[in-house]
Amino acid sequence: MAGGFWHRLDQTARNLLPFGSIVMAMLLAMVPLPLPGYSVVTPPLVLICLFYWVIHRPDLLRPLVVFALGVLHDLISGSPLGVTSLYLILTYWLLITQRRFFLGRSFGMLWLGFALVAFGASVVQWLVFALMSAHLLDARPVLVHAALGVALFPLPTYLLQRLHRAYLS
Amino acid sequence: MKTRNNGSVVRIAAPFWGLVQRFYFPLLVLAAIALMMIGHVNVGAIDQARARVTDAFTPILNVMSRPAASVADALEYGRQLVDLHEENARLRDENTRLRQWEQVALRLEAENGSLRSLLAFKADPPARFITARVVGDPGGAFVRTVVITAGARDGVERGQAAMSGQGLVGRVVQVGEWSSRVLLITDLNARIPVVLETSRQRAMLAGDNSDHPTLLYVPGNTAVSPGERVFTSGHGGLFPPGLPVGVMEIGKDGQPHVVPMADLSSLEHLQIVRFAGTDGLAAEAVQPGAMQ
Repeated sequence: MAGGFWHRLDQTARNLLPFGSIVMAMLLAMVPLPLPGYSVVTPPLVLICLFYWVIHRPDLLRPLVVFALGVLHDLISGSPLGVTSLYLILTYWLLITQRRFFLGRSFGMLWLGFALVAFGASVVQWLVFALMSAHLLDARPVLVHAALGVALFPLPTYLLQRLHRAYLS
Repeated sequence: MKTRNNGSVVRIAAPFWGLVQRFYFPLLVLAAIALMMIGHVNVGAIDQARARVTDAFTPILNVMSRPAASVADALEYGRQLVDLHEENARLRDENTRLRQWEQVALRLEAENGSLRSLLAFKADPPARFITARVVGDPGGAFVRTVVITAGARDGVERGQAAMSGQGLVGRVVQVGEWSSRVLLITDLNARIPVVLETSRQRAMLAGDNSDHPTLLYVPGNTAVSPGERVFTSGHGGLFPPGLPVGVMEIGKDGQPHVVPMADLSSLEHLQIVRFAGTDGLAAEAVQPGAMQ
């Protein structure tokens, strides 16, 4: 029985990898780097992780968990409650319906897909903040944000792939 | 977990769960929108939750931010080694100039003291400082806040001013037990009463999510000149008057903007100004429903 227990514990820990990696990505994105202008253009690491896990292992990342992660992000980062949940859930919804299309495609297609998702998420964020402050805001910061995410996409994805192969295959 | 398959419960619950499953994503989207509305209405409770959660995560952020800070220090050290000689010459030059200024300042202080004693002038109480490290910079596209490692137990209170070495960077908006959040002057919701140095024109400094916040309520017929320095005016009683904020310039849109003196993009340490001003008269200038 003891072996069974340890085995189950091990499996549970492994299954928490998607969740854990998103929490880590969230905290990493918040670490202040003393680079000029960095705080304005922090890459959307959470979105990259979500993109990877929803396409490869959606069974280990339930929508409700993603929702909770969004709430956690808003609480720590000080953005209005619900904004992050909204665009993460919309991303999840879009990806889960298009998952079959992405599976087994080349990396280039994934990259292109992420670019679309990143800019879509930016538009959602921009809309929400523009509605909240009741006037048209400058959309440049959020577009820079998305562009940086697209540019950096291969690196976190490579790391996630390594983690995925090491612990979940 | 095992559920009890009681006939009547299943009869009622099964269609309900079917409905929930079917509209899972729309329901979650609605929940997110509902959360935004709750955030607007029930500000106090959300604020409490934010403070608790930030408190819980600050130690982790503190540890994670150390390596980044060390790397930055090492790079800075290397950079300084390169131009050590020039830096030394520049500092000598500056030192001689500052010595002259010191004499002037001492003379003016003495003169000021004697004139004040003639007038029975009541000076503002002196401000005290709490220094804390910046550990979290969430870096959203539309939210400009930082998390620091000082909270209620260190004496931080809501509304206090936060300075970096050179000038004002923001205002404390949320205080936990050992962490607090500073709303930077560039945030959309930041409003700070300021005064222009030479024209003595009062204005409101309003963040607009760009690097150079706008000056509001400057009458068109007043003679303000670009290059004037901008200080906090102390109106509202929360900030001590005379904290340096930045330098005024006329932006591309023809509006007066302020170039902050502090470099807001790479903050390492902040000083929180404890100012025992007019108790109870403090009026915080924020928009309703904003990040409080």
